[in-house]
This record gives sequence, C-alpha cells and structure tokens, in this order.
Amino acid sequence: MDNETKPSAAARRQFLADTARMACGVGLLGLGVGLYAQHAKALPPAAIRPPGALPEAGFSAACIRCGMCVRDCPFDILHLAKPEEPMSTGTPYFVARQLPCEMCEDIPCVKACPTGALDHSLKDINKSKMGLAVLVDHETCLNFLGLRCDICYRVCPVIDKAITLDPQSNARTGKHTLFIPTVHSDHCTGCGKCEKACPTEVASIKVLPLYMAKGQLSSHYRLGWVEKEKAGGSLVAPEVEHKYNMPEGMQYEHGKGLSGSSGAVPPAPTPAAPVALPKALQGSKL
Amino acid sequence: MNAILKTSPPRPGAEAVAAKGWLAAHKWLILRRCSQLGILLLFLVGPWFSLWIVKGNLNFSYTLNFLPLADPYVILQSLAARQVPEKMALTGAAIVLLLYLLVGGRAYCSWVCPVNLLTDFAYWLRVRLGLKGSAHISRPTRYWVLGMTLVAAAVSGSIAWEMINPVSMLHRGLLFSIGLAWAVLLAVFLFDLFVMRHGWCGHLCPVGAFYSLIGKFSLTRIKLPARAACNDCMDCFAVCPEPQVIRPALKAIAGTPPVILEANCTNCGRCIDVCSKDVFAFGTRFNTTVAPVTGLAQAAPK
Ligand code: SF4
Ligand code: SF4
Ligand code: SF4
Ligand code: SF4
Ligand code: SF4
Repeated sequence: MDNETKPSAAARRQFLADTARMACGVGLLGLGVGLYAQHAKALPPAAIRPPGALPEAGFSAACIRCGMCVRDCPFDILHLAKPEEPMSTGTPYFVARQLPCEMCEDIPCVKACPTGALDHSLKDINKSKMGLAVLVDHETCLNFLGLRCDICYRVCPVIDKAITLDPQSNARTGKHTLFIPTVHSDHCTGCGKCEKACPTEVASIKVLPLYMAKGQLSSHYRLGWVEKEKAGGSLVAPEVEHKYNMPEGMQYEHGKGLSGSSGAVPPAPTPAAPVALPKALQGSKL
Repeated sequence: MNAILKTSPPRPGAEAVAAKGWLAAHKWLILRRCSQLGILLLFLVGPWFSLWIVKGNLNFSYTLNFLPLADPYVILQSLAARQVPEKMALTGAAIVLLLYLLVGGRAYCSWVCPVNLLTDFAYWLRVRLGLKGSAHISRPTRYWVLGMTLVAAAVSGSIAWEMINPVSMLHRGLLFSIGLAWAVLLAVFLFDLFVMRHGWCGHLCPVGAFYSLIGKFSLTRIKLPARAACNDCMDCFAVCPEPQVIRPALKAIAGTPPVILEANCTNCGRCIDVCSKDVFAFGTRFNTTVAPVTGLAQAAPK
C-alpha cells in the first residue's frame, strides 16, 4: 500500500532478502511442527482412546480437540492430553488403571463427538475396540500362581466371552488346576475394568492399544482343521490314522488316555505315575 | 525515558479523554474486555459450577444443547489432513463463518480470542516500561505461517498445528487442564513484550491470518465519516494494533473511500475511542459515500 513510488534496487533486494528469511523461518517452523506431530502419532501404551476412536492416523486428523467427549462422559474418565504428554496435544484418552471405561449403553462420548473422530457408526458398546486386555505377567497373576483370584474375569462386562477361565494342570503341585484368565480378542472391548480391578500391586493384566496387543499370522498360513471343515473332508489323501508309539503293553487312545492292554500297567519311567498324570494329558475325560 | 513515564508527551487518547470524558474515550475498549472475559466466563462456569451453558472449547462448542459453533480454521486443517468431519462440526463451522462475515473477520481476535488479552497486556506493559526497539518480521509472515499449517496438516495427516497452537492451548488449558501450555503462552508474552511490538497477533498468528481472510469480505467496518476533521494527532496510529490499515482510508490515498476495508483491521474500535475529533465510527462496508465534510469530494463510491 505504501509503495506508491517505484522501489529502488536496494529496496527490492531488501524485500527479496526479507522474503527469503521469512520463508526459511516459516519452513523450519513447519518442519518442526510436522516432525513433532509425526512423533506424537504413536500412542503411549497406557493411554487408551475412547470408544469408537478411528485408528490413530485418522484420529489425529479428525479430532479437533474440543473435549465434548470429555464433558459428556458421565464417569469423567476422559482427559485431554496436555502438551507435555507424549501424544497429540488436546486429544482425549483414559488410563484404565486410574478409571476404566464403564461401557455406557448409550455411548454418550461418541454421540457428543461433532467430527466423527469417535465413529458414529458404533451403536453397540460391546463392539467397541478401545484396546485389548493382555495378561502381561504370568509370574504375578494370582491365578497363575494357583489361587482363585478370578477378579478380572468376574468384573468383565463381557464375562465368558471376552475373558474365560481356562483350566490347566498345575505342574508345580501335580494335582491341582490352574484357572488361566484368557482374553479373546473378538469380544474384548478394551474397557480396562480388569486392569483396574486386578489386585496385584501393579496390574498383571493390562489393556494395551490394539497395535501393541495383537499378533498376526502370516497371510499364507492355513489352519488345517478349519480348512478340513470348510472342505467337508480331509485335504490330505489318503488320510493316515495317527498311531502312538507306546512301550509294549501300553495303549494311548485320544479321549480315553493311557491304559494297559493286558492286565497290570507296568511302572512308568517317570515319577509321574499314570494316576498322577496331569489332568490335561488325560484327554476329555475331565 | 523517565520523562515519558512522568508527564510529557501525553499518552495517546489523552486528548480524547479531555474532549469526551474517560468513559466515552474507553467505551469500546471496555465493551471489548467485557466480551472477551464474558465469553471466557460462559465457558468457565461449566467446569467451575457445573453450569453447562456452553460445552467444549473454541474449536467446537455446543451452547444450550442447541447451537453448534466450530472454528472453520481447525475444520480446514482437518480437511487438509483428508478427513471430512460429521455434519455437526461442518454446520458449526458454517455458522461461525457467517457470523464473522457479519461482524468482521478479525473481530474474533479483538472480541473473542483469549490470547489477545495476553498480547494486549504485553503491549500495554511495553509502553508503560518505555521499551523501545522491535525485531523486524514483515506482517504478511502470518500468511506464510497459515500456509505452513495447512501443508503440515496435509503432509503429516494430522492437525499438526494444534500441537502448539497457543490460542487453543490457552483456552483448553483454562477449561480442562493447562499442563505445560503455560510455557508456550509465557513465550508468546515475552516475545511480544521484549522482542517485537504486536509480534504474535500482528505478525505471526495463523488463526488471526485465517480470520483476516474472512475479514476481506465482512460487512461490519470502521468508517471515517469525519476524516476531514483529523488534526493529525496520530493517536489512532499509536493505539491501533494494525496501524497500516488506517492510512489509506484516513488520508484518502489513491481515492480510498472513507472506510477501512483492509482485512487486518480487527474491529476493536480503539481508534473510535481515542479520536478526540470523532473521525471514526462503526458502519458497514457499503454506503461509503457519507456526506463529505468540508469538500472531500474525492471520496469515491465503492
Ligand atoms: S462409554 Fe461411557 S464411560 Fe466409556 S468413555 Fe464413553 S461415556 Fe465414558
Ligand atoms: S469429541 Fe471428538 S473431536 Fe472432540 S475431543 Fe472428543 S474425539 Fe476429539
Ligand atoms: S485380577 Fe489380576 S491377579 Fe487376579 S486373575 Fe486377573 S490378572 Fe490374575
Ligand atoms: S492473532 Fe491469533 S492470538 Fe492474536 S487474537 Fe487473533 S487469533 Fe488470537
Ligand atoms: S483501525 Fe481501529 S478498529 Fe481497526 S484495528 Fe485499528 S484501532 Fe482497531
């Protein structure tokens, strides 16, 4: 506006220098912001997104950091990330060990989200995938030690589907059963109630973001028994019947266990006599 | 330096106070502070007293479970990062866009933005302490920053600027929890106080730059119905956060009509307050052919 007169060569040079300086400065700032944003894309493991959150890459593009979800959560479990926290500033998360998601049936947090960063197509809270519970420490879980804690199993809102107690023989005592809390990823919502309730000093079961918690089979893997069922019969021809190589006079039959074929059972070579065999080895007679 | 602090020359606006009285010479300033603090308070009574008149923050808010308002700039960044928000956010952004098309784009800066309270305070202190000298960054730098934030959003696939945006950091910090955001805000304050006059809002802030783009087309404008009465006291230049916007309209440069159409005028109304000759007034961008006082016939219609 002010330059009504023709700028002199010096003024033009000054202008070009200024512009270059400005472009460099802003470019550097941009680079910094971009790298910082990239850095914060991986969510720290203790921070769990609210139900229905888009996968992290989409989420940091869709969430406008408004905090509506935080406000409408009746249990006040959600926080907006502060700048010093290692994730996108201002995005919502909860820490299961502090306060887990109560899995509200009407999912108010999702309803409140104006952008769809929390996906509005999530109508059934049981279908949400906030994360996945993993029994991270087999050395401290009380059930693994042989007790009947069962707390994680009891508090699970999707009990018997998301988490089951799977019996396993207690090899230490040789005569007891361990009830192993086992999480099933197709039903676990990642609400974190198990982590919150676990009585060990540091939780033995923890909710992790899906990307950390879940393994994946190579794409060329086929599960023989699934394929067999699909095909309606054996895919290996001819189907060879499995034979057990047992010491003379001994028989092992799947589903029935060990037996002597004729008369007395000879002493087994191991201290574990047939009667004391771990139950799991005795087939489905349990 | 001490002389400045003690008596002469009089501070900008002294003439206006003498001519109109203190209240009239601070009318718009007071209204503006009421608006800035009032809006902040409306947001704050929610978390403070569980009085949920407004939920959310400046990026998106929901008033009385009825009125959605969204910052079109953050929505634009979301779009740049290739995410199309739901209807609610888009509606909110459209309403806000229309609102600022009415009241003036950078009215956001002077009447709403909480950082403006901070930077105005830094400027006030700067003048009080008689701090002279200022780094030089050209005013259009903010448009480069604005462009950079959109490129950063597109390249990183996230609303990258929100990681460090002092505007939303302050507002979110006050409503939710501030964390280390105070350090960013302190940096902005110190920058404005010691490094550069009107540094943040006047040169760098991309939020202001975005709203100035709306301001290019907005309705409410500062008019100069009595520009011929100007006695060159320069008080308006001294108080205006964007003094470069005044000259063309005040001095009728290149036949500029007596209305400030420059995008970066914040509609703060400070110029109206401090002018003892009442040169300025709020008006619209239209009808620029106000009856010219004492033969200023070159005031061309738009
Ligand atoms: S489902 Fe309920 S408890 Fe869980 S985050 Fe949403 S509102 Fe909060
Ligand atoms: S309501 Fe949606 S956009 Fe707002 S903070 Fe929560 S997830 Fe982000
Ligand atoms: S609550 Fe903890 S200790 Fe108890 S069974 Fe579950 S994981 Fe083990
Ligand atoms: S320029 Fe930026 S910080 Fe300053 S008032 Fe405007 S939006 Fe707020
Ligand atoms: S011209 Fe007046 S209203 Fe516009 S920014 Fe300057 S002082 Fe404020």
